[in-house]
Amino acid sequence: MTSLRFMLYQLRRNPLSIIGIVIILTFIIIAIFAPIIAPPPEGHIDPYMIPRDGYSPIPKPPNEEHLFGTTEGQYDIFYGVIWGTRSAFRVGLIVIGVVLVVGIVLGSLAGYFGGIIDEIIMRITDIFLAFPILILAMAITVALGPSPDNVIIALIIASWPSYARLIRGDILAVREEDYVEAARGMGGSHLRIITRHILPNSIYPTLVMASLDIGAVVLYAAALSFLGLGAQPGYVDWGQMISFSRNWIVGPPGNPLAYWYTVTIPGLFILLFVLGWNLLGDAFRDILDPRLSRK
Amino acid sequence: MELRAYIVRRLLLIIPVLFGVTLLIFGLLQLFSPVERAALYVTDPKQFANIAEVIEKYGLDQPVWVQYGHWITEIFQGNLGWSKVVSQPVTSAMLNFLPATLELAIFATPLIIFGGIFLGSKAAAHKDKAIDHATRLGAIVGWSLPTFWLGLMLLMVFYGLFSGLFPPERLSTEMNIVVHSEAFTQYTKLHIIDAILNGNGRVLLDSLRHLVLPVITLTVVNLAFIMRLMRSSMLEALGKGYILTARAKGLDENTVVSKHARRNALIPVLTVSGYIFAGLVNGVVITETIFNYKGLGWWAWQSAVNLDISGVLGFALFNGVLFVFTNLVVDLLYARIDPRVRLGGKVT
Repeated sequence: MTSLRFMLYQLRRNPLSIIGIVIILTFIIIAIFAPIIAPPPEGHIDPYMIPRDGYSPIPKPPNEEHLFGTTEGQYDIFYGVIWGTRSAFRVGLIVIGVVLVVGIVLGSLAGYFGGIIDEIIMRITDIFLAFPILILAMAITVALGPSPDNVIIALIIASWPSYARLIRGDILAVREEDYVEAARGMGGSHLRIITRHILPNSIYPTLVMASLDIGAVVLYAAALSFLGLGAQPGYVDWGQMISFSRNWIVGPPGNPLAYWYTVTIPGLFILLFVLGWNLLGDAFRDILDPRLSRK
Repeated sequence: MELRAYIVRRLLLIIPVLFGVTLLIFGLLQLFSPVERAALYVTDPKQFANIAEVIEKYGLDQPVWVQYGHWITEIFQGNLGWSKVVSQPVTSAMLNFLPATLELAIFATPLIIFGGIFLGSKAAAHKDKAIDHATRLGAIVGWSLPTFWLGLMLLMVFYGLFSGLFPPERLSTEMNIVVHSEAFTQYTKLHIIDAILNGNGRVLLDSLRHLVLPVITLTVVNLAFIMRLMRSSMLEALGKGYILTARAKGLDENTVVSKHARRNALIPVLTVSGYIFAGLVNGVVITETIFNYKGLGWWAWQSAVNLDISGVLGFALFNGVLFVFTNLVVDLLYARIDPRVRLGGKVT
C-alpha cells in the first residue's frame, strides 16, 4: 500500500506525467465513444471506412458540416481522426502485446537455461536486429502484400528481438540470486521458478520499454501507411490521411496556407498520441527505476 | 581478454550473422512466385521476354537450397537483379542514388551527434534550471514527432509561406541542366563538392537551399534521442565519486564537466551510435520521399509502392550488411575505449 501511495506521490510530483496520463485517457475516451462523437452517416456500411462527401479532388476547409474540413477525395477529416484513434490503439496494443509474449517466452528460455538454447536464440535475434526496423517492416509488408493486418505482422516480426534480448539480460542479472537458489532447493519446477520468482523481479524494465514503444509502433505504422504500404484508400488511419494531403501542402498563389488543415490536424493527433505514451513511459521509468526512487 | 583476441572473436561472430541476414532476405523472397522472383536475376530487360529461360537457368523451380546457392552466387558477383522503377540494374541504381543520400548524411550526422551531446550535457549540468526544462521538453516532443509530418509542415511554411525559400527536390530545373552540361564535371556526384571543384557558386547555393529542410527533418528526431540519452548518462556521471574528488581538489566547474563527467558519459552514447545509423536509414526513406529528393530512400520507396521486390530486398540486404559492419566498428571502438569490455569478458 505504501508503495502505491509512493507511486502516486511520484506521479503528482511530475507535471509532465500527469499530462501524459490525461492525453492517453482522452484518447481512450475518444476511441470508446467514437460512434457517438463521430456517428457514421445513415446507410454507411463499414464504420472503419471514412465517409465521403462527393469525389472532388480539392480539399474543403472546415465548415459546419465537416468540422475539420475534407481532404482530397472529400474524405471527412473529423471522422477520420476520431475513428483513427481506434486503429492507432489496435496497432499499438496488438503489436506490443504479441511482442511482449514472444519476448518473455524466448527471453526467459534463453536467460534461464543458458547454453545452447541461449546461443541459438541470441544469434537469431542478431539477424533480425541487423536491419533498421522500418526497412525490415517495409520489406515484409511488401512481401506479404500491403494491408493493415500485414503492417501489424511486419512490425511484430521486426520488433520482437529487442524484447527477447532485454528480458534475457534482466533474467541473467537475477538468475543467481539467493531467493532463486532457495526456490530451486525447495524443488520448484522451472516454470514455477521463472514465473513466480524470476520474472516478477526482472520484468519492470521491459514494461517501461513497452509503454514507450506503443508510441514508437504507432509512428512506424503511420509511416508505413504514409508511404502507401498500409490500408486501402479511405480506411480510418492517421498516416494515410497525411498522405492524402501531400498534393495540397502549398496552396494557390497568394494563399499558400489554404489547405493547412489537411496535414496539420491528422499530424497533431499522431503527435499527441505518441507524446502521451512517451510521457507515460518516462513517468513509469522514474517510478520503477530503483536508482532514482526514494532519494 | 586481450584486445586482439576480442577483435578476432568479434570478427568471427560476423560470419553467422551475415549468413543469417542473407537467409532472412532469401526467406522473404520465397513468398513470391518463381515468375516474380525472376526479376532478382535479370540483368537486362530483354530477358523478361523469356522468363521461362531465366527460371530454368537459375533453378527457380528446384529445391530451396539449390536456389539459395544460385542466388548467393549472383549476389557475390554483384548482381541483385533489375529495378523496374528506374529501369536499370539494382546495383547501378544503388550506386547512382548513393551520392544524394550521402550528401544528406554528411550534414545531418554531425548535427545529430555533436548537437545532441552538447545540448544533453548542457541540460544535465544545469539540472532543473530553465535550460534543462526546455531541452527536456524539446527532446520529448521531438522524439514523438512523426518525421513525415514534420517534413510536410516545414515544406508548408518554408516553401509555401516564404514563397519558395527552401524548395523540395535536389536541384532546381535550371541548375539541373547546368550540372548535367558539358562544362560541369561531375567528379563525385555530390553536388556540393562538385560545385566547389568546378567553382560554380550558383550550383552550390542552389543545392544548399535544397538541403536545408531534409537535413532539419532528418536531424530533429535523432537529435532528440541522443539529447535524452546524453542527459541521463551525464547526470549519472555527475553523481559519481570521482566528480566529488575532482571538485574537492579545487578544479573549476568547466573542467569537471567537460573533462571528467562528459568523457565518461559518452560511453553509453557510443554504444547506441548503431541505433543512430538505423534512425538515419529509417529517416532517409521518409525524408527523401517527402521532399522528392532522389536518393536511396526515395528509390526504396518507389520500389516498395510499385511492389518491385528486387529493389526492396536489395535495399534491405544492403542496409542489413551495412548495419552489421557499423555495429562491428562501434563494438571495436567501445572495446578500445572501455577496458571493462575486453577485460571483464561478458557485460550483461
